[in-house]
Order: sequence, then C-alpha cells, then structure tokens
Amino acid sequence: MSDCTEAILSAVRDAGERQYPLYISAGGSKQHIAGRCCDAQTLDISAHRGIIEYQPGELVMTARAGTTLVEIVAALAAENQILPFEPPQFGGRATLGGTLACNLSGPARPWYGSVRDTVLGTRLINGKAELLKFGGQVMKNVAGYDVSRLQAGALGTLGIMTEISIRLLPRPESTATLCYEMSAPEAITTMNQRAGQPRPLSGAFWLDGKLYLRISGAASAVKHTADLWGGDQLDPAQDLWAQLRDMSLPFFAGDKPLWRLSLNSSALPTGDPAQTLIDWGGAQRWLRGDFSLPELQRAAQSAGGHATLFCGGDRNSEVRPTPGAVAQRLQRRLKHAFDPQGILNPGRLYGWL
Amino acid sequence: MSGTPPHYHQALVARLQHCLPAHCLVQDTESQRVFDCDGLPLYRELPLLVALPETVAQARQVLQVCNELGVPVVARGSGTGLCAGAMPHPEGLLLGLSKLDKIINIDPLARTARVQPGVSNLGISEAAAAHGLYYAPDPSSQIACSIGGNVAENSGGVHCLKYGLTVHNILSLELLTVAGEQLTIGSEGLDSPGYDLLALLTGSEGLLGIVVEVTVRLLPRPEQARVIMAGFDSVAAAGDAVGAVIAAGIIPAGLEMMDRLAIQAAEDFAAAGYPRDAEALLLCEVDGTSEEVAQHSTRVSELFRSLGASSLTVSTSEAQRALLWKGRKSAFPAVGRLSPDYYCMDGTIPRSQVTYVLQEISRLSGEYGLAVANVFHAGDGNLHPLILFDASDQQQIERAEEFGARILELSVAVGGCITGEHGVGLEKLAQMSSQFSELELLQMEDIKHAFDPQLNLNPGKGIPILKRCQEYRALPNRQRHE
Repeated sequence: MSDCTEAILSAVRDAGERQYPLYISAGGSKQHIAGRCCDAQTLDISAHRGIIEYQPGELVMTARAGTTLVEIVAALAAENQILPFEPPQFGGRATLGGTLACNLSGPARPWYGSVRDTVLGTRLINGKAELLKFGGQVMKNVAGYDVSRLQAGALGTLGIMTEISIRLLPRPESTATLCYEMSAPEAITTMNQRAGQPRPLSGAFWLDGKLYLRISGAASAVKHTADLWGGDQLDPAQDLWAQLRDMSLPFFAGDKPLWRLSLNSSALPTGDPAQTLIDWGGAQRWLRGDFSLPELQRAAQSAGGHATLFCGGDRNSEVRPTPGAVAQRLQRRLKHAFDPQGILNPGRLYGWL
Repeated sequence: MSGTPPHYHQALVARLQHCLPAHCLVQDTESQRVFDCDGLPLYRELPLLVALPETVAQARQVLQVCNELGVPVVARGSGTGLCAGAMPHPEGLLLGLSKLDKIINIDPLARTARVQPGVSNLGISEAAAAHGLYYAPDPSSQIACSIGGNVAENSGGVHCLKYGLTVHNILSLELLTVAGEQLTIGSEGLDSPGYDLLALLTGSEGLLGIVVEVTVRLLPRPEQARVIMAGFDSVAAAGDAVGAVIAAGIIPAGLEMMDRLAIQAAEDFAAAGYPRDAEALLLCEVDGTSEEVAQHSTRVSELFRSLGASSLTVSTSEAQRALLWKGRKSAFPAVGRLSPDYYCMDGTIPRSQVTYVLQEISRLSGEYGLAVANVFHAGDGNLHPLILFDASDQQQIERAEEFGARILELSVAVGGCITGEHGVGLEKLAQMSSQFSELELLQMEDIKHAFDPQLNLNPGKGIPILKRCQEYRALPNRQRHE
C-alpha cells in the first residue's frame, strides 16, 4: 500500500539512459494472454497499490495501478457500489492497471460500458520518464486529447499508468437470470431483439445450447421483465456470471488456443458451435481450436469486426490483425510520440510496435 | 479579409475549381460572412475560401490539394459550437461538411446507424424512431448540431450522467487524414485491435483528422420517463438533494440545477410553471420501464421533500414533461433576453463543491460588476454560468472574459476542469496551461504532430503549441463585434 511512483520513474529513466526495454508487470495474471511475448526486463509495479480516494457520493474512485480488483470490489461492496465493467479478477491477481491496459471487461460490458468507457483520468509515465496527468475525476472533461482512454488496449506500450480514476455505479437493487434452450443462431437473434427492448438487460451469453439472460435493476422492473420474458429462472446464478467473467467456466479449460472475435452483435455464428461461447449479447465470441489468424480474421472482418489469439498458440507471431498502411503509420507515430526509444513493452501489442 | 493574400491563393482556387462544382466553392466576402464564426460570435474571422463538398471523394481531393499547398484547413459542421473551434483561419480553407447529410443505413437488429457527418443529432433519433430506438447524447443544440461536430467536441447533453457522452455512443468513424487518406477507425464490434484511435479522435476538435462518416449505437427508447421538479430555498439544500439521489442508488437520466436568475428568466420565456421565488431549482428525470419509473420517482420525491423542497411537481404526462424541460432547454436564450449579450462558461466540478463554487461565482459577480445566471448539469458536475454583459462596451467585454477565466481557474482549483462539453477551441486556449503542465502540453503537441506533421488542421485551436512556436502560424486576430 505505498506510492512507488519515484521508483518507477527512476527505473524508466535508467532504462532510457542505458537503452534496455522494460516489460511492465503487476499481478502477472495477463502475462500469457492478450498480447505477444515480450522479451524485456520485468519492471514489477505490484507494490504500487492502494486506493487513493473513494467518494461514493461522487461515484468516483482513484486507485494506484497495482491495486487488485479484489480490493477495489470489496471497498465498493461496503458502499453498495460496483465496477460497471465487471472485469475478470483472475483468481484475485488482476489489477486495475492491467485491466485498463488490456481493456478487459466482463459480461455487463454492452450495457454498463467497458473499462475504457469508465476511465475518467490517469497519471502515467511515458517512455521519456515524464510523469503526466490526463483527464481527472469528473464525468465530463473535454480539455485536450483523451489520453486516458487511449491507454485502453495499448498493453502498456504508450506509458506506465500509475493512477487511474474510474466512474462507478450503484449496485442494482435486484438481479435475475433466465435460461432458454436454443441453437446459436436463434440465440443471436434473441439476444439482439431483447437488447432492443427497453428492459433492464445486463448480460446475455450462449453456451452448449443454452441462452442465459441476466436482468438487473429496480426490483419491480426485474420481476416484471422476468414474467414477461419467461424461460427458466436460475436462482441464484451469481457463480455462473462470476465464472463467465473470470473465464473459469469449463469451456475455458484446456490447452487449445483460445480465440476472441469482436463482431457486429447480430452477425451469424462462425465456426463449430460446440467450440463456441457467445457473450456480450453477440458482440464477443470465444472460439477454441487450431485456426490461423488470417483465416479467422477473414471471417471476423466479414462480420464487421476482428479476431485475436487471446490465449495459447504461437505468441511470438502476431496475435491480432495488422491494420492497413495508414493506420499502421499513425500507430507507429503515436508510439514514437510517447516512447521514442521504444523501451515500454516492445512487441507486446504488435511485433512492429 | 485584409492584408496581402497568401502566395498559394491563386493556385488553391484554380486547383479546387477542378475538384468541386462551382456552387461548392464560396469565394466572395459577402457569401463567406455566414461562416465567419460558430456559436461563439465574440470571435470572428473570414476565411480565404470556403469549400462545401457534396461527396467524400470531393472532400478527399480538397484535403489533398490543401496538403500539397500547405493550406490550413478548418472543418465545420453546423457551426453551433461554443468555443470558436470552427472559426475560420484567415489564410486557410473552411471545409464545410453540411452537404454530407445522408443517413446511409439503420440496422434495427444490431441497433446501429451509419450516417454522414452533416446529419443533425436529432435527425438520427428521428430516423431511428420507427424502430423504437434513439441516439442518446442530446446537446441542447440537437435540432441543429451535426453528428460530425458532436464527434469533434465529444458532445454531451442533459442525459449523459446515465447514457454517456459521444465517445460512449459511437462505434466507428471514416476518417480523412490531413493528406486526404481515408481510413476506418473502430468497427461494428465493441472494440478494435491496436490503439484506441476512436477515443483519441473523439473530442479532438478537428485537429487530428476530418470525420466523413460515423456509425453510432442506438438505444431502445425508454418505456417511460418522468420529471420531478423541486424548488429549494438555498443552493446548498439543492446541492444536498442531488447527493442524496445518487446516494440512494438511483442514476437519473438527467439531473439539472438552475439558480434564481436562471429560473426567473426561463419562466418568463417558457411559462413552464417554475417556482419564481425559489433560490434553486432541480429537474430530475427518471426513465426506464414503467415499474422502475414509478418506484424511482416516488423515492426521489420523498428525498426532495425530506430535504426541504419548497415546491414539488411530478410530471404526469409527456406534454408536461416536455414543458418542464422546455424551460431548461431554453435557458440560454431566456437569459439572453435579460442583457444585450451573455458569455457561457463550461467548467466541470466535483458535485460536492457546487455550493462553494456558486458562492465564489456570486462573489466574483460583485467584484466584476456583472450579473450571472447559473445553469448546472448537477448530476455530472458540469456548470454553465452565463455572464451577462454588453458587447458594445469594450470594457465590459474585457471584464466578462476575465471573469470567465477566473471561473475556469476556480473549477480546476476544486478538482474539476476548464471544459466539460464545449471544447477548448480558440476560446479556452489560455486556460489550458492552468489545467495542464508544460510536459503534458508537449505530449499533446507530439500527438498532434503524429497525425498532422505540418500543423495544418485547425491551427491555433485546442492545444497551445509551445515547442514549434517560431514556425507556427500566428493566431488569427480576434475580431470584435462591429
């Protein structure tokens, strides 16, 4: 529970002067997922942790990047509030900084927003060992570029976040889970149709021939919606959603490569339904098996999205599709703007970055 | 325009005449005058030339020509912005995107709309209404403001506490770089690989690229909405009531506060039944399913009553709800009737600071001898003090600007920011250094440089340029009201 900003600054300064790259790590829960292998000296910032400020009345919390999600969620629970983006906690090791760097959000994401949507401000150390602050602790802030949200999914290649301010939500008064037997194509249509109704949907996933819908909100609204929508009510189903969030359902076990497809939510299913989990109301699909990135990317692209090799497989090659020439040039220049010597997580996002 | 035209003037005109039909190029001063300012008429400038492309291909060609000749380009949507972000550059081209105004596609199942940048914010919701869907961000100018401008400014509105800003409600952009290259940013999914350029571009005020198409997310229109209006005897009591609603676990669709002067002006203008004797007024909208609305409106009413509301009205029909909002939505023009001119500020503050900040503003009002009406997005802390002044009096202009700057600095001092939704533009350039350190400004300058190496997109706006000031074009002179 201490402020290690000075130590991190000095580590980055040293790496810059002596020109060696750094691999940023805190809880270590995402070392083998989301990005490529990164051959660099590990900079462990896990000691840089602790909640700095929590104002329930403002719906805002500021915490050091190495703070575990478990600690944050516990503090919020005491005030009957939640992290809107329902992030994977990965056995308690996941931290706020890593979650934002990997842009990981859980089942509630399509309705309550992603971690990227929730971030209000950050302090970060760029590759020039400069400590910078962007955004703040207020919901609306359009002064300057949105450098805080730019960190989402950048996998630490633009800076080492030290502090993050996030927006919170009150815990919904009531929650229910409805279950229906149906095929994947039927489930996709149903998820999208229900998401188009003014009802308090907060989760929708399909696995093994079953569609699960979660509804959360005012008790009266949840009850009425459950009556209206029918299906089998699972009670209680917190464990099911927590396992989906933490990727600890049996579907995620095993060594086969795990692919993530981020698509138009209404796109038809891709691949073998037996190897597929459809989450986020259709917008996020998990696929297990030995595929090639170009092969899956072609399918994902025709469904309006993209494919990534999320876990397993060859992590020395690219794990996400390379953008077009113009976008690639802009990303290289952005990287250079933050980290001109390329010392922060080189190759973690792309081999060329 | 005065002075010698830049050396590229003739070449620019000649080359653009090849790319654009004659009616898309505005060259004469009289016709250009309608473009000389945006919604902040304190700042005016005539451009060298106005181009109004009718196709994306034309817009690309215009940018290619300007890039080759090194001509500054200022993008403009509907011109409703409030920070002089779309004020023309005297040696540059004003690129008006209002003719790109088609709704390309609405996908009711996936709940998205693909639109051109000149489509109005409200136009999207109107087109989606047949499917029971709408586009959530609703700036007060939504009848006129364009979605392209909304992206440039990351516009909010009265409902963003619950539904977010533009950045939370768009999926992808078709972007033209300063060199006229086209690329897609974002996707039909909820995220994209690589850097989140969608977040970076949203709110970048036309400094990084030109948006020529936007795909927005649509939401199901809530089954019901109800407004609870309460008058209070003090700003502090109203501020406490705002905190109590949040503490009760309710996220209202909108939560607005007005002070006495704003209440009276709005009531004179809209006759919405506002309590003229109240010191502060709260408008709290709850929406959702009819059960949820019933539950939450009862709870909010109880809270307001228990915290000393001097009057309480709960809307019982859509007509009444619309009328209660009409007062708030017309607050700016209503206040405008009290004085020859008003100057609207846009700081955001932590909610808990509202009583202190309003007291300070009242004290400053005395110090500068200028009245202020306060309109406040209380739910998200975005404050709009309207400073009343007379622009025919040069001294009053200067006092109003200095007063405004003090309010913005006050916002930063209490942990807020200089602009919640109107943007920096030309207007708040000086205050950027009260919010950001020199290193932070230099980092933003490097970002600008990554997209626009010659600094030709909307030069002199958004972020102060420190490092390259020698080679940088001087800021245009500000033209006062005639």
